[in-house]
Amino acid sequence: MNNLSPVIVGAGPAGIRAAATLIAAGLKPVVVDEAIKAGGQIYRQPPDGFTRPKSSLYGFESRKADRLHHLFEAIRPQIDYRPGTLVWNAGADHLDLMASDGAAASLGFSHLLLATGATDRVQPFDGWLTPGVFTLGAAQIALKFQGSILGPRIAFAGTGPLLYLVAYQYAKAGADVVGVFDTARFADKLAALPGLLHGIGHLAKGMYYVAWLRAHGVPMYGGIVPLRVEGEGRVQGFAWQGGGRTKRVDCDAVAFGLGLRSETQLADLLGCRFAYDDLNRAWLPERSLSGRTSLAHVYLAGDGAGIAGADAAELAGERAALALLEDAGHVADRRRIALLESRLKRIAKFRHGLERAFPLPPADWGGAALADDLVLCRCEAITAGSLRQAARDLGVTELNRLKALTRIGMGRCQGRICGAAATAILAAELQCAPKAVGRLRGQAPVKPLPVVTLGREDAA
Amino acid sequence: MALLQRVAETHRQTVDFILDGQPCQALVGDTVLTAVLIQRDRLRIEEFNGAPRAGFCLMGACQDCWMLTEDGTRLRACTSFVVAGMRLVSV
Ligand SMILES: Cc1cc2nc3c(=O)[nH]c(=O)nc-3n(C[C@H](O)[C@H](O)[C@H](O)COP(=O)(O)OP(=O)(O)OC[C@H]3O[C@@H](n4cnc5c(N)ncnc54)[C@H](O)[C@@H]3O)c2cc1C
Ligand code: FES
Repeated sequence: MNNLSPVIVGAGPAGIRAAATLIAAGLKPVVVDEAIKAGGQIYRQPPDGFTRPKSSLYGFESRKADRLHHLFEAIRPQIDYRPGTLVWNAGADHLDLMASDGAAASLGFSHLLLATGATDRVQPFDGWLTPGVFTLGAAQIALKFQGSILGPRIAFAGTGPLLYLVAYQYAKAGADVVGVFDTARFADKLAALPGLLHGIGHLAKGMYYVAWLRAHGVPMYGGIVPLRVEGEGRVQGFAWQGGGRTKRVDCDAVAFGLGLRSETQLADLLGCRFAYDDLNRAWLPERSLSGRTSLAHVYLAGDGAGIAGADAAELAGERAALALLEDAGHVADRRRIALLESRLKRIAKFRHGLERAFPLPPADWGGAALADDLVLCRCEAITAGSLRQAARDLGVTELNRLKALTRIGMGRCQGRICGAAATAILAAELQCAPKAVGRLRGQAPVKPLPVVTLGREDAA
Repeated sequence: MALLQRVAETHRQTVDFILDGQPCQALVGDTVLTAVLIQRDRLRIEEFNGAPRAGFCLMGACQDCWMLTEDGTRLRACTSFVVAGMRLVSV
């Protein structure tokens, strides 16, 4: 190879572990991360001048957070670290970067390891544009990163492990949690128990949060369908259907999420082969257990290529870095590789359990059940009805054509928020499986740029 | 009423900025979104339908938190930090 360095995108658990592994082998990777500090989502660090101890920020995970932050500080002098920098485009041999001050750069790589993590998965419902409706992740970021809470009276709705975790963190921080509204049923959790036992530690923590919330009088509901957020101009209440009845509660904010979705845009721009993944109910770039993709020199690790959580992200980061090293001609440590892979397999079993415990709501809730005038796209106000009309009148059977005709997925968020709903609606119209309508293809820039960047290019 | 309430980290130094022509205070380390939503229940009014918006994901994914400064610059409020003297517009 030439004198280019390996580049890692993302400084979460996966990216940090990968970097440390490359350094141990004598390489000097570049680590590019959009965040201002290393840690990723789960171990996100607050800005300078914040003083809460890690035990208060990360709870049960504070030791792991501390270990990872320390690891990062230890390797930092040995990496070329680019915090606050977005990778907005990826080509066969280089990345396009934009720093937070708007400075643009082009960065070549010998190998590329993508550890881009995940964001909340959401489905639109009536009133979801009302100020005061945020994602579950957003609720946690407000608290962790800013020492603030949404509310003070807040409803937690949706499903997934974050639902109970964030509700617990809010109640502990003094918020008035008016209820936890889980779209999954209690029976789903029982059915999932065998799989969940593969991650007994996580299971115990989850049970602890639920027990704590119950002991503190927080109402919890299972098997609900969110109906609407009430309020003009800001949230005043939340209405749901449960047990065949419609109910409502007063609140000032709603935190909502249906698990997580992987950030796959860069892998897409690079041309990695994708496949539909039933577990994640999403199109994902193909990767082997080693983290190798369909492209030589491109590797994937962590939640950015399928949701498996922070522990798996660390293991996968190291595993993918070892694959990279082996491909670059280093001698592979077979025993270490076998250990990492067996741990990753174990987590995958737990992950199957989680998916059964927190199944997504029935497809018709996000598809056929949505009213025609419901706005799906927060960027350009595109409605469910306009998608259906395109499907009916213009015979659209594929998502990218739907995008070209209605602009769904073309706005500033690039379909991160509306993509799942667009898929569900088109599939419902055509009465086919979600995967049959294809996948929204990524476009550069993966996030909006200030106008200056496209005109200026400083070689790096 | 404000959408955000401070529950911790309140000892930080203050930052003076202008919101809709009025002097306001935030704390060092506040994002623009925090600085504004501690005072207000919106970041901007949507051009096409007059509806208020206040952000959604807080992690730079949804692009729902754009906000204007008096000179017409667009800021992504959840990932920009408030700076002394900033002149923000939420109307
Ligand atoms: C808001 C939120 C909160 C979460 N909280 C918890 C929790 O409390 N407990 C838990 O167990 N799990 C939590 N998770 C799940 C979490 O995804 C994983 O546990 C873990 O963070 C995954 O690690 P990772 O390294 O794969 O990705 P992440 O930790 O997400 O790190 C990815 C990094 O890549 C950067 N990045 C992505 N795209 C680009 C780009 N184009 N250019 C530059 N940088 C880029 C991101 O800014 C980020 O810093 C949370 C997830 C989210 C979204
Ligand atoms: S709130 Fe989503 S990008 Fe800022």
